[in-house]
Amino acid sequence: MNLLPQNVMHFARILRRVGLPLGPGQVALALDALTRIDLGRRDDVFWTLHAVFVTKHAQSEMFRLAFDRFWHVSTSDDEGLIDRKQKLRSGEAQTSRRIADAFADMAPPSSANDDAPEPAITDMSASWSASEKLRNQDFETMTAAEMADAKLLLKKLRLPIPEVRTRRFVAASHGSRIDLRATLKASLATGELIHLKRKACVERHPPLVVLCDISGSMSAYARMLLYFLHAITNDRDRVHVFLFGTRLTNVTRELQHRDPDVALARVGKTVQDWSGGTRIGAALEEFNRNWSRRVLGQGAVTLLITDGLDRDGGAGLSDETQRLQKSCRRLIWLNPLLRYAGFEAKPAGIRAMLPHVDEFRPVHNLNSLAALIETLSLVHQPRRPVAA
Amino acid sequence: MTPPLISSVPNSIDQTTELLRQGGYVADRSLSTALFLALTMKRPLFLEGEAGVGKTEIAKVLSQTLGRDLIRLQCYEGLDVSAAVYEWNYPRQIMAIRLAEAAGKGSAAADSIYTEQYLIKRPLLQALEKHNGGPPVLLIDELDRTDEPFEAFLLEVLSDFQVTIPELGTVKADAPPIVIVTSNRTREIHDALKRRCLYHWVDYPNVDRERAILKSKAPNVGDKLGAQIVNFIQNLRGMELFKPPGIAETIDWAEALTALNAKELDASTVDATLGVVLKYQDDIARVRGDVAANTIAAAKKAAG
Repeated sequence: MNLLPQNVMHFARILRRVGLPLGPGQVALALDALTRIDLGRRDDVFWTLHAVFVTKHAQSEMFRLAFDRFWHVSTSDDEGLIDRKQKLRSGEAQTSRRIADAFADMAPPSSANDDAPEPAITDMSASWSASEKLRNQDFETMTAAEMADAKLLLKKLRLPIPEVRTRRFVAASHGSRIDLRATLKASLATGELIHLKRKACVERHPPLVVLCDISGSMSAYARMLLYFLHAITNDRDRVHVFLFGTRLTNVTRELQHRDPDVALARVGKTVQDWSGGTRIGAALEEFNRNWSRRVLGQGAVTLLITDGLDRDGGAGLSDETQRLQKSCRRLIWLNPLLRYAGFEAKPAGIRAMLPHVDEFRPVHNLNSLAALIETLSLVHQPRRPVAA
Repeated sequence: MTPPLISSVPNSIDQTTELLRQGGYVADRSLSTALFLALTMKRPLFLEGEAGVGKTEIAKVLSQTLGRDLIRLQCYEGLDVSAAVYEWNYPRQIMAIRLAEAAGKGSAAADSIYTEQYLIKRPLLQALEKHNGGPPVLLIDELDRTDEPFEAFLLEVLSDFQVTIPELGTVKADAPPIVIVTSNRTREIHDALKRRCLYHWVDYPNVDRERAILKSKAPNVGDKLGAQIVNFIQNLRGMELFKPPGIAETIDWAEALTALNAKELDASTVDATLGVVLKYQDDIARVRGDVAANTIAAAKKAAG
């Protein structure tokens, strides 16, 4: 029994390595919790540690894998502990690697039970893998001069997104509302006539969700777009970035690394469908189904960066674009394909999407960060009035 | 309304399951474990899951079966201290100052207007007070609907069960309330808050548990119809719809079909009542017709 604290600590260490953010507080809490249940029941131990260690649904599967591996041997057995320790030491790197790999490969959390049929995502990737080019990408690192340039340019960026008034207030001398609490306090301090103190609404950027195409036809812009996405992720809060080619990947966490080169290297490793085909409809469908309710909640603006060249010939694209547009505050489409001024919307993908975007921003010559930022900062007539 | 079933805080996981069952809530082992730990360790329980899987219901059942008061804080964007924790009663304060001035004791007013009688207590502060029948159940519902600043207000309440009012001091609960926090995951809640809670993801139930839930929540529904409904809904959840139906939809649909005197599922009734189950036009358009007919056949086969 007295081996239990050690085991729990060791288990927590493994979970930490796998990526669960655990502090010593949680280990202490777990030990406390374990004294209150029947340790003979494996499922009770599992759900107890689960309640304490897991803080996100996505961690659940990883926890299960780690738990199964770790608590395989009986905990009350001395030999078992030594045995396991040796096993872990020899296979430690492999274990965490496997669990980490399992996490990277894992489909977005689905509500399917163990006994329920596998989610169709697996089938989809299996059937596509023949034609799908899976590759990682290395990026040229950014020079110091480029980095300085990028910072300067980004200051000029004015996304065509007005700030939104929130329901929070700050003290403001000419605010529209009277701050009663501050007024009363001030009047007590002076004991004189009551001077009205005022407050005004806080305005802030709405959340921004970027869906960026990284297929073959967009590969020329990939590096620059990613630097842009990195800069914007670190510049403001509430930004989510997804990349898609034949599959959809959430790279928000990778892009949050301060150093742009490290961030891009991580993105390059995480995303597996660089410069392959594009299935915009499927990617948007996956986004709508698995992510839209999670990231578009607070009136987010969506920036869709794609040339609209779709391998599926625009199948299902119209419906999914419409669903996306209805789920967010504004849908802005940045299209870098249009190299000639006399462009007409010919490809099926473009025709399917165009009626459903709030704003269409073509870029005729997207060869630099400057051009990109300039295009995004142009003031355009919105296609529909901005709904609050 | 049935009278509250007064019982004490459970001593084991089995008792927790039993307690919930008394309130008509069919819980699986994982939920009972999390809830039991929350109750014995006096920690808030953070419940996350899709809409309509019975997160809010847990708090209601707890308050009913334990005979405790239920204090509910429905979250919304812009929720702030004055609506959630406390507010000073400004008109009364101003009145008090004027009266003191009229009596020639203006300076004394400063000390007396920041006392409890000028305080308006909002849900979080109410939950820290003494209640007849024991500490109340505090339900903080749909926390993901608020913006991030509000989470910061909650940290002190959730970790120490106290509220600090600058003008008055710290109000601390003698006995901590039972706190249930729910979220539909329309955004991620900050780790600092989650760390103070025990976490549980409320999943869709499996066939057996959903049958049991339906029996307890809609006892008028026939056995045959109930089995078919549950199997149909379970099939729908596997279809990657934009919004798969929750348990609330299962219960609503069972009641709707019973009201229509249906003895078992048939294509025309299902098509006509699909709006009870699916709430998005794309989903309805996808399921209506052939898909529904096939699913009915499969559900009938599975239900036996």
